[in-house]
Amino acid sequence: MWWFSNNSLGRRLLLQLLLVAAVLSALLYLAVRSVANQAAIAAHDNILGASATAIAEQLSAGEDGVLVDIPYSAFSMLGSISEDRVFYRLYSDNQTITGYEQLPLPRAMHTATPFYYNAEFRDAAVRAVALTRAITVADAPVQVTVVVAQTRTGHDVITSKVTNTAAGLGVAFFIVAGFLSWLATRSTVKPLHVVAGAIGRRGAHDLRALKSPIPSELKPLVDALNGFIARLREALHRNETFLAEAAHHVRTPLATVRTQAEIALRQAETPASRKTLRSVIRAVDESSRSATQLLDHAMITYRADQFAGEQFDLSALLYEVIQGLSATADLKDIELITDIAEGLICAGDRVLIECALHNLIDNAIKYSADEGEVEIKLESTGEVIVFCVCDRGRGIQASAAGALTERFIRGANVADVVGSGLGLTIVEHVASVHNGSFTLTARRGGGACASLQL
Amino acid sequence: MRFLLVEDNTDLAQSVSARLKLDGHAVDWAADLHSANGCLAGASYDLILLDIALPDGDGRDFLSKHRAMKRDTPVIVMTARNAVSDRVDVLDRGADDYVTKPFDFSELEARCRAVLRRRGGSARNVVSYGGLEFDALAARIEVAGEVRELRNRELRLLEILLSNPRAIYSKAQLCDRLFSYSEDPSENAIEVYVGRLRKKLEGCHARIETVRGVGYRITDQ
Repeated sequence: MWWFSNNSLGRRLLLQLLLVAAVLSALLYLAVRSVANQAAIAAHDNILGASATAIAEQLSAGEDGVLVDIPYSAFSMLGSISEDRVFYRLYSDNQTITGYEQLPLPRAMHTATPFYYNAEFRDAAVRAVALTRAITVADAPVQVTVVVAQTRTGHDVITSKVTNTAAGLGVAFFIVAGFLSWLATRSTVKPLHVVAGAIGRRGAHDLRALKSPIPSELKPLVDALNGFIARLREALHRNETFLAEAAHHVRTPLATVRTQAEIALRQAETPASRKTLRSVIRAVDESSRSATQLLDHAMITYRADQFAGEQFDLSALLYEVIQGLSATADLKDIELITDIAEGLICAGDRVLIECALHNLIDNAIKYSADEGEVEIKLESTGEVIVFCVCDRGRGIQASAAGALTERFIRGANVADVVGSGLGLTIVEHVASVHNGSFTLTARRGGGACASLQL
Repeated sequence: MRFLLVEDNTDLAQSVSARLKLDGHAVDWAADLHSANGCLAGASYDLILLDIALPDGDGRDFLSKHRAMKRDTPVIVMTARNAVSDRVDVLDRGADDYVTKPFDFSELEARCRAVLRRRGGSARNVVSYGGLEFDALAARIEVAGEVRELRNRELRLLEILLSNPRAIYSKAQLCDRLFSYSEDPSENAIEVYVGRLRKKLEGCHARIETVRGVGYRITDQ
């Protein structure tokens, strides 16, 4: 059935509680109905009994038999309950003294206390009472049995009323119990949600053990989870150490190769060997840059998945990035012209933004001609922060502008400059993570403008 | 300049030393933190080039201790790790700058110069030649009491020529040292810088001579 195929603890618990509530409601219904029914019968019996007693008390001994003067009140009190028909019979010595001769007698006779029973009379169910009195007629005791009976239509009406009330009560009980079950289920399942929430709200790098107060039943689960987190932390740490080691083992020999190639180049005699050595150095630079950008790209994809915003001073960050790159610009006598609005606070991932800024400025420097100018502008227009880098470099071909943000795609006019084709992909990715946009436009008079809106 | 190179890889350390010596710098090499401390106790340096992964400890801890002891020798960290967080960490611990292996020596030199300039030029050494006062750190020359600013390439060109006066440098050699390896400049590009530098040197005995078919040299005659 559908609720078993759905593995919900809460639903299972709720169903069980509802089942119990339904059984209890049914029992309540039956109990109320039977108690009320018995109470109605007892009340009816009392009146029947009183009526019969009233008649019996009017029995007296005549000269040659029993005299009876049936009092009006004996029947009027029965009429007060309902409009049911009333029958009576006085019976003595196997003959009916007065009343309905066919009215059934009880099986047990001669009881002084009223005896109540059900019977059939004239095709109707009747409730009857019989009681026997001894009357002394001519010095001999005569047993006279008084029988009073009444049809049960009124009783049936009462019974059905009581039944309806009991059913209503049962349904009301079920509804209240159902609501309470739902509340109970919710509060029982709540610690699970608390645990889930505590894990869900965590940042990507939060690998501490779970410590929120939990019910003892959840402890094995949370313990297992904490064990898993600890193992994950260990594995991540090992991974990081491994990456650092790997980078170290790859980059150190590369640095040796590059340095020795530079020394050899200094001493090279022939143009052919100079050309070879230059291409060695370029290859080293290329592989080093690719490694850096591949790692950056992986880092950005990872951080973007675990995006956690924070507030930081974008202007200060930009100054830091520019300072880090000023030596690179200086080598080509490129002037960095800055127009930076002070104290702009940005909400986002600091590391991602830094990576994007670095890539854009680095690109502008890389593609600028010697002694060129790179303009760096940071301003805020209302809600949007705009970062703009413009160079007077070789520019971009309008048709290719869109494709440059694709992975490993580079402009057709940059084959002579070292690059991996990942830089703008990274920038684009960072922009989209921050709900921003990145545009690359050709500049009038040559060069390109890269603009990042956050 | 006098460098202390702290690097455990022998091949790299030897080639970096050789390369720096080519530019006329003095280099002491320490293969681990212990000998680095020994070197620092016995001599003073203009700059420390520090690797991070060392056999007897982490270069970053060395850096923290170095700063805690109020030693103010500038430190440039050389590392194989390039993550942004690593860079921030190293700078926070008191490094003056940061280069990622493999590095470009022109860039390393530019960074060293920038660091020393920021530090207030404690290692200022002015070269005099033929009535010319050359202050590489401040990137300027003084001719007959007149101060003239040099741009980066002019500065490097003058530095190369002055490192061995009267020696002839071919266009190709100068090209290799002035332009990055990722560009392919024509050898004529060097003429532009020679021309500019000549203009700045006007008024003193030092002048740049063209040795036809061979290259350039600086003379004071």
